[in-house]
Amino acid sequence: MTSKILIVEDSRASRELIAATVESIPGLEAIPSSSGLEALKLLPQHDFALIITDINMPDINGLELIRFVKSNPALRDTPLFIITTEGRETDRDRGLALGAVEYLVKPFSPRSLEELVRRYLQLA
Amino acid sequence: MSTAGKALAEFIAEGTEILESLSRDLLLLDQQRGTEPDPEVINGIFRAAHSLKGLAALFGQERIAKLAHQTEDLLDRLRLGKLSLDDQVLDGLIESLDVLQSLLSEASREEATDSLGERVTTLGQRLADLGTVASASDEDPLDRLDLPAQVRAVFTEYEEHRLRENVRRGVALYRVRAAFDLSDFDTGLTELNARLKPLGEVVSTLPSSEPGGLSGIAFDLIFGAKVSSEELTQKLEGTPAQLFSIGIRPATPSPRPSESESEPEAVAPTLAAASVPARKTAKRKPRAPKAPTPEVVAEEVVATPTAKTTVLRALESEPAAETTEAHVPVRTLVQDPPTSRSGRGEGESARSLTQTVRVDISRLDALMNTVGELLLIKANLQRMVESVRQDPGTSLSKAWGQELSRETRQLERKLDALQEGLLEARMVPVGQVFDRLARLVRRIAREVGKEIDFIIGGGDVELDKLIVEELSDPLMHIIRNAIDHGAESPEARLAVGKPRRARISLHAEQKGNHVVIEVSDDGAGIDELGVRELALRKGLITEAQAREMSRRELLNLIFLPGFSTARSVSELSGRGVGLDVVKNNIGNLSGIIDVWSERGQGTAFHLTLPVTLAIIRALVVGVSGRTYAVPLNSVLEILSVKPAEIRTVERREVLDVRGSTLPLMRLARVFGHPEHHPDRYFVVVAGLAQERLGIAVDELQGQQDIVVKSLGGRLQGVRGISGAADLANRRTVLVLDVGALLEEGMSTERRRA
Repeated sequence: MTSKILIVEDSRASRELIAATVESIPGLEAIPSSSGLEALKLLPQHDFALIITDINMPDINGLELIRFVKSNPALRDTPLFIITTEGRETDRDRGLALGAVEYLVKPFSPRSLEELVRRYLQLA
Repeated sequence: MSTAGKALAEFIAEGTEILESLSRDLLLLDQQRGTEPDPEVINGIFRAAHSLKGLAALFGQERIAKLAHQTEDLLDRLRLGKLSLDDQVLDGLIESLDVLQSLLSEASREEATDSLGERVTTLGQRLADLGTVASASDEDPLDRLDLPAQVRAVFTEYEEHRLRENVRRGVALYRVRAAFDLSDFDTGLTELNARLKPLGEVVSTLPSSEPGGLSGIAFDLIFGAKVSSEELTQKLEGTPAQLFSIGIRPATPSPRPSESESEPEAVAPTLAAASVPARKTAKRKPRAPKAPTPEVVAEEVVATPTAKTTVLRALESEPAAETTEAHVPVRTLVQDPPTSRSGRGEGESARSLTQTVRVDISRLDALMNTVGELLLIKANLQRMVESVRQDPGTSLSKAWGQELSRETRQLERKLDALQEGLLEARMVPVGQVFDRLARLVRRIAREVGKEIDFIIGGGDVELDKLIVEELSDPLMHIIRNAIDHGAESPEARLAVGKPRRARISLHAEQKGNHVVIEVSDDGAGIDELGVRELALRKGLITEAQAREMSRRELLNLIFLPGFSTARSVSELSGRGVGLDVVKNNIGNLSGIIDVWSERGQGTAFHLTLPVTLAIIRALVVGVSGRTYAVPLNSVLEILSVKPAEIRTVERREVLDVRGSTLPLMRLARVFGHPEHHPDRYFVVVAGLAQERLGIAVDELQGQQDIVVKSLGGRLQGVRGISGAADLANRRTVLVLDVGALLEEGMSTERRRA
């Protein structure tokens, strides 16, 4: 039984790197999405164990995505990680205030992402 | 390819895309110089720098990450209104793009030169020192907006800034609410955005779980309108959008911390910031909350009009004054940007990522070769069908023969479509190169103290990817020449009654299956007598030859190896690379370069290039028992000529064709084959650009589609041959380089003189 992880990131290379890192953990499957809008389409189609989202995206920003997830009874319990960059503390703080549980500051090493995901999903 | 190699290739590919979009947007900003910059363009550039920084950091490309970060920092100040866009800022951004491109190119070669490293350091410092601080106001316009706190909590810093700007300017703000079906809400939202964009600015898109359920999803778009409410209502007719005005209270100065440069942290205090749970990992400065904090998470979006919002349809009074400032400056680009901007726009850009596939050109080459082989098989089938139909002794029924013939024709049509599709897949807009050159012009013009208007046109004309890639250097060289030798200084221009600013124009136009690219300037022109003197002094021509040369021939001497009119070797031109190299580069693309110049009026270079090099239709000709292929796109007509009709004028063989004189070249003579003396010659009249030449051959063997393959080894440098191709009967033949033969036609006679 695999757990699905939604990755919302508009940079293709970053998205693929995050997906590859997630999928290096046995039992996890990465579902990539290149925009907030695309993520909204994917949300009802799968039961996600975790959502990892960038904040600054062209259509619907990551904060709005978090708010949407948290205000939707069916999705509310899905944990969210946010990806931010240095210097965007305000955005990061808002993300955490809206209910994101963890954040990663770019650049992060695949190892730190892997550890965070393992710890959060209580995988050995 | 190794995993590391793949990762690097992926990084380079995305980095290149980002820089291309950055370059397009910077060009737009440059053209809008002096007007209020479009915030969306600024934000697009910021996003590009931001993406590049994250990407480079992720892939361990520290130098790129560092400069992208410094650039992003500058852009961030710009888009948050903490900095005004002046010439220095724009020049800094353009230089940063140049350096980033060089860094990316070094990264692709896995190099890291010290000189570029130094440039990164100096430029970074310059970017950090740049800019004038925009005036800070001591009231936050956002506090005057009737927006529920939980809505404000989901705005990013940038969205808040855009809202502030709209309030400051007195732009009417609306909440546009639209519900869509879950199955196609992205399309619906994209369409709504497309309608709204020309009418104002979509500041933020808020998805709501109401009406939610399984059947639908609603969005609230926070929208700053630059049109009247009537027009907005009218333009939104037929969409599922409802319009609510967002109330704005009049400004009353209230003491609050200013948002100056010295306090970058002091953005509008938010509810969210106040309710952040304490976390060990996060280091953040405490902020004073302004408003009491409600529940962190709102149960619903502001889906229903509150007491403070007014439904416009109820014909309430106008909410706020119209904006008086032009919101989006007029674009001065002649053509639309060739591709949709990545990372921009609503929905569309996000989708385009998933609908584009990047393919290595070598894979397309391999497919092209397969198509070429299929074409040969098809030609063989056609030959077999033909011989069956013509052989009375065959036992096959006539009906069967007809059916086979029909099927072969079908196959031919499908193959044509396949070939065309493949060719289209290789096509890219030539504007990709033009944009890069535009930046170069600005930099060089500044360095040499000349004032230049650079005009670009026809950037959407498409050429084979390989050709576009190869065009960059020759065009750069010609443009550098135009700036260095063509355009005069502002003072010199005024002295001869010309406008102060010189014009250099770069224009592409498709003409049949060729593309003509023109680089022209209205500068001093080329002094053909000076050219003649120099060519004589350098021993490139003899006195006797010089006397016989027409003005046009004299001008063409600038393409000879070893010719350079540069009196001083500047950084721009005359670096040991002359126009002969440019000419060779264009020749290698089966193209031809031509120059026109009028003293005092200016100079124009015309590059005539084939649209593709991959598959061409060729005329198969025979000479002295050998077979050659002539690209049909340069064949104008074929004549049948008796030897007696060939005349000699000034030691050149010519033909009279409908009253004009056509230079003639015997192909056997060019390649040193034994010459036959047939009763009639076939003369293939070839032409490129303004040049015309008759090529005499012994026989015509028909037409065929061929895949031209480049020659290796000893044959590579043979003048007049552009490659080899397989014919249907499995014979390999050489393909003529018509451009080179045209050149040869002009100079052979000269050498013999």
